Amino acid sequence: MTPLDSALAPVVQPVPRLVEQFERGLDAPICLTWELTYACNLACVHCLSSSGKRDPRELSTRQCKDIIDELERMQVFYVNIGGGEPTVRPDFWELVDYATAHHVGVKFSTNGVRITPEVAARLASSDYVDVQISLDGATAEVNDAVRGDGSFAMATRALENLAAAGFKDAKISVVVTRHNVDQLDEFAALAAQYGATLRITRLRPSGRGADVWDELHPTAEQQVQLYDWLVERGDRVLTGDSFFHLSGLGAPGALAGLNLCGAGRVVCLIDPVGDVYACPFAIHDRFLAGNVLSDSGFDDVWKNAPLFRELREPQSAGACSSCGHYDSCRGGCMAAKFFTGLPLDGPDPECVEGYGVRALERERLKPKPSGDHSRGTKQGPIPLVLTSKPPRPNVAAGAAPSRLCNESPV
Amino acid sequence: MTFDPDASWRLHHQVAVRPEPFGALLYHFGTRKLSFLKNRTIVEVVNSLSDHPDARSACRAAGIDDAQQAPYLHALDVLAQSKMLIREGTHDSA
Repeated sequence: MTPLDSALAPVVQPVPRLVEQFERGLDAPICLTWELTYACNLACVHCLSSSGKRDPRELSTRQCKDIIDELERMQVFYVNIGGGEPTVRPDFWELVDYATAHHVGVKFSTNGVRITPEVAARLASSDYVDVQISLDGATAEVNDAVRGDGSFAMATRALENLAAAGFKDAKISVVVTRHNVDQLDEFAALAAQYGATLRITRLRPSGRGADVWDELHPTAEQQVQLYDWLVERGDRVLTGDSFFHLSGLGAPGALAGLNLCGAGRVVCLIDPVGDVYACPFAIHDRFLAGNVLSDSGFDDVWKNAPLFRELREPQSAGACSSCGHYDSCRGGCMAAKFFTGLPLDGPDPECVEGYGVRALERERLKPKPSGDHSRGTKQGPIPLVLTSKPPRPNVAAGAAPSRLCNESPV
Repeated sequence: MTFDPDASWRLHHQVAVRPEPFGALLYHFGTRKLSFLKNRTIVEVVNSLSDHPDARSACRAAGIDDAQQAPYLHALDVLAQSKMLIREGTHDSA
């Protein structure tokens, strides 16, 4: 995703100019994702950071605070904190308080494990903290098949605690899969029930997601269904602008948001050991820009890393240059191409014209993962039971066919 | 719409303005919305609103004649609707 959820904006000049500005990169990211730890109590089959075990080189509290100081100087408005499960770090709340006291807003993603009534009350008292609860099924059956037994109950208990404490507008964060794409209306109802906002994002073949992408990513028909749902319902739903690869399915601008890959231009990722990657879905040596400890700080990496400079150069449309949709989708998602073994200057694996499907049928070599923090001894793909499940548990009576929405741009 | 250019306006106290080569980015920590200002003149207007008795005066001070103010007042209106700007003397609520 481009982790950019927002509303838009005074138009004094035509929008294309702004997109061009963004493609050339900004002096500081608009927001950035910061995985605080690779430790996690869950082991979701599609985890984009292959999380599980803590990395012994994890940044110390002091090192984290130094990064926050730098973000404040750069006027990075907020950080999306994730992991792993960030709340299992003993200094998590200390770091949240430090960030907000230094004018760096915090949005953190959690599976809900530590969102007790006491924590919920504390969160409700801050204007500068936003909470995002991950849920990948509107029912325990669909969710737990991906996120693990008991994870649906854990997430909904957290949502209940937040609502009871008066926390306003929590986010329910859903990665859209083949098995939950029919539940979009149910997710919206669930969000309404907890006074929360629904946020749906694209499944990327990143981390352990590479092992399950073939079985989990929405089919071509489902992509259209998703697009339609977004166009129809999008004003209420956040997407992190992650579905821009679908924008060719309709009129330009029908899909709200900043339709461009923000990697290394307006967003990036800092991982638990201080490595800086171009985007949250690109944790791989190929997209490693530098390290906040061994280089001279985050600001230096952001401004000067050769990888980031390269990403801010005009990109070739390559094999997509003759396609009429190129201006809409810009060739799609770099990480999705890379981790499925497709060339970066060709179509997205989920290209709406079907060029990606054809490219996937050709011989290709998927890159080896650079790091795996999974617990246990599993080496290869995690066995996935999902495909044998009934894809569609009962939908509320009278529910309209799924249609879609979108959200916005920076 | 509801924007009165003859009234006195200011930035909401939870809004941060970050200068950029094209203008500025605005972020509201209360609503968590992001906006853009797409040229430097509008940035100057927004930053100087509280120094002037009304929005039109702020525009004039930034060199925008009354005849050219429409797009700027429209931009201010959009900002007011998203609570980035509030009327001077009103309470900041997210």
